[in-house]
Amino acid sequence: MFEASELNIRNRKVQRLFRILFLLMTLLLILPVAIILAILTWKGSSVINLSFLFTSPTEGMTAGGIFPALIGTIWLVSVALLFSVPLGVAAAVYLSEYARDNWFTRTINLAIINLAGVPSIVHALFGVGAFVLFFKFGTCILAASLTLGIMTLPVVIVSTWNALQAVPMAFREACWNMGATKWQTIRRIVLPNSISGILTGIILMVSQTAGETAPIMFTGAAFFLPHLPHSVFDQTMALSLHLFVLATQVPGVPEDLPYGVAFVLIALVMVMNSLSIAFRVYLRGKKKW
Amino acid sequence: MVSLPHSVNPVKLAVDDVAVSYSGKTVLKGVTFDIHEHEIFGIIGPANSGKTSFLKTLNRMDIFNPAMSFTGRISFSGQDIRTWRNVYSLRSRIGVVFPLPVGLPLTVYENVAFAPRLAGVSRKEDLDIIVERCLARAALWDEVKDRLETLGSLLSGGQQQRLTIARALSQDPELLMLDEFSIAVDPVTTMRIEDVLKDLKKEITIVLVTNLVQQARRLADRMALFLDGEVVEVGVTEEMFAGHVKDQRTKDYLDGRFG
Amino acid sequence: MGQVDTPPSARKADRRNLDWFIDKAVQVLVFIAGISAIIFIIGIFVFITKEGVGFIFKSNYALSEPVFGLLEKQKMPEDQLDALTDLAGKKFATAEDLLKAVEGVIGVEGAAKYKDILITKSLDQPFNLKTFFTSPKWAPTSEVKPTYGALALMVGTASVTGLAMLIAIPFSLGAAIYIGEFATGRTREFLKILVELLAAIPSVVWGFIGLSIMNPLIIKLFNVPIGLNVLNAGVILGLMAAPIMTTIAEDALKAVPDRYREAAEAMGATRWQVILKVVLPAAKSGLVAAILLGVGRGFGETMAVLMATGHSINLPTSIFDSVRAMTATIAAELGEAAVGSDHYQALFTLGIFLFLVTFLINLTADLVLRGIRKE
Repeated sequence: MFEASELNIRNRKVQRLFRILFLLMTLLLILPVAIILAILTWKGSSVINLSFLFTSPTEGMTAGGIFPALIGTIWLVSVALLFSVPLGVAAAVYLSEYARDNWFTRTINLAIINLAGVPSIVHALFGVGAFVLFFKFGTCILAASLTLGIMTLPVVIVSTWNALQAVPMAFREACWNMGATKWQTIRRIVLPNSISGILTGIILMVSQTAGETAPIMFTGAAFFLPHLPHSVFDQTMALSLHLFVLATQVPGVPEDLPYGVAFVLIALVMVMNSLSIAFRVYLRGKKKW
Repeated sequence: MVSLPHSVNPVKLAVDDVAVSYSGKTVLKGVTFDIHEHEIFGIIGPANSGKTSFLKTLNRMDIFNPAMSFTGRISFSGQDIRTWRNVYSLRSRIGVVFPLPVGLPLTVYENVAFAPRLAGVSRKEDLDIIVERCLARAALWDEVKDRLETLGSLLSGGQQQRLTIARALSQDPELLMLDEFSIAVDPVTTMRIEDVLKDLKKEITIVLVTNLVQQARRLADRMALFLDGEVVEVGVTEEMFAGHVKDQRTKDYLDGRFG
Repeated sequence: MGQVDTPPSARKADRRNLDWFIDKAVQVLVFIAGISAIIFIIGIFVFITKEGVGFIFKSNYALSEPVFGLLEKQKMPEDQLDALTDLAGKKFATAEDLLKAVEGVIGVEGAAKYKDILITKSLDQPFNLKTFFTSPKWAPTSEVKPTYGALALMVGTASVTGLAMLIAIPFSLGAAIYIGEFATGRTREFLKILVELLAAIPSVVWGFIGLSIMNPLIIKLFNVPIGLNVLNAGVILGLMAAPIMTTIAEDALKAVPDRYREAAEAMGATRWQVILKVVLPAAKSGLVAAILLGVGRGFGETMAVLMATGHSINLPTSIFDSVRAMTATIAAELGEAAVGSDHYQALFTLGIFLFLVTFLINLTADLVLRGIRKE
């Protein structure tokens, strides 16, 4: 009765077949990208050296380094962070700690999902219409960073919300029972115990912000500038836009130069993401309850 | 009815026709009794009889739980708890220990210093005294005095339970409510804590929720039997155990025939 | 009522202290932050509409070619026609303004004779919904007559997104099933991290890959003159969207309770049978949402399609044709269009269309996902 019937054997064969098929699909998804990244690294690393990172482009951007673009990206990301981290964390605190499960909260969640789904070029149009023209900032770091900040706000909100929700409800109740206000509970128990999760999300947001191109093209980033920005009301170069410009707009660029820029951009994003992942793995191993 | 010395004490908590419901579903109704100062008032009854909901109501937890609501009137120190403008100061006067032990992810020291800090105590010497006294009263001091810097959430279940009691005491409450505090605690320690409660009675009022009939007998001056969301009977503990009960269900419960 | 019989001692204790006020203040602050997402979504809609919607209803009056033709037919003298050519292409807000200008050139009596034609035939709407959806001619900078037909752009976006989904849907679902149902322990963690890293590659880098790696590869492999085409952008977009879709699909699979699997396995089903008969049907809505979000991502992608499609206006007949996407059009042309010009407004009109479509896609995905949570 317990002998493997013919049907059973067939089932097992089908199972093995599908297992292999799905493994192949996974690999086919990952391998081409791995190969592409290898090519990028191989071609890009040949131009990377200290003077590439720390000098300005020269000879109509066909030679020299990427220093102003690197600094510009840091400017753009920092200002965007200053805007979206406090706002996003506060919004997540509201949604996690104060909001009740009703239509209004659902509307907020829907808005967040949509904010994340709006095409980046539409964010750019918004940036132009709102910050550059309506608020009369002109094309500058501030306008570009605000656009980026709004675009990446959902990342901060969602990751912070997840981090806050990971703190057990019992801790909050214990504090409330002692007469702590909601804010005291949040400040003394909830935030300190979710700060690492929040940081993980912020790093992800930095990585995403650094790579965005479309939203900054018309709001504050310029193709080429002879000097570094001095304030948020200056225009700036940016790594992502620099790659686009080198690859499509400038004639006579040596073949390897854009590979170098692409490599720096990828490296930046990958380091950020790995950091975020490592942080998460480390946290999982270090539970406080 | 036999009058007892404690009944001359002023009323600490007056409960008048209170009903509690979650999302419109009534879990407790018709609760009416007074609790006097310096008494241990026992609430006994089987699981799901509405005891914990009652404690949460006294604590105004309905404010933080949109599904929960209550009707009727509860006065604490003569003031209707609904008219209490600063609900946090109400809660800080009522210490609660719920059955699930919760050690906050702070050091043992900070767990106990949490409430005093909220109340504005900030001097290290003052906090040291409070922490030691509360931990000692909760029969935990000897075990943790050398490791006050460990995380409270990493203590054993029984230790966390006593830490929770120490935290409730650290509030310096006028009313202490204990909900099945001895679930995770060994018998010897339970006895030590029970002695502390008898001692504390001289200073504060205690509500003791328990499903251990003998514990209620040992501690409670008066007690109420909750059953299926209703109060079956309220009476003086000694008289009730002596058989002076009005309701057959009370007799059956005290005799251990159900629950 | 409680106030009257409250003993003074209790009332003293019941004071709203600093902590109470801080708590209230914080509550108000985080509430404002909480609704910021709604404000921004509305803001986006309002601002792109503000710049673009005027264009949809814009109407000018101008002496265009057909009007000249009609005037000629009505036997307007040569010299008057010659004189009027100065006004050709000039735009007027109302027909009366136009009439006045004509009167200024050929005199009141001359103009009165042709008043009917001038008033009824000179209406010139730069934007026309029908043209927008049916004409493949996107020529906003045309000297003769600017045309704003977005059909070719829509087809461009649709063809690239469609091809991308043909690639991404099976592969991401396959990968999600492998990671979620077959892989275990470290392999699973490793694959998940890898997929997450792939999702992080910036779109401009993908565009560069399309331009510099895929382009020569396609030319060589298929022996075609241009490697920047539907195939290139479709593959790039597919590779871009797949990691995100894999992650969401895997989440959907993970959301299926283990007891379903255990129950089916207890009845002797193999792992594959469990997946096919139990897990996939139970995770259906989540998988649909994953696909929808992938479509949304492909639809809204800008830099990669700008760089990899070839960016030429075309109704493609094969995957080796170059096309142009709506998003890429905005990215490429916004810089050249003067603020407030017809061209500029037309780009915002495209933006409104993009916004509405992605909004619909996200809304549908959300409703589908909410469907599961209710079940």
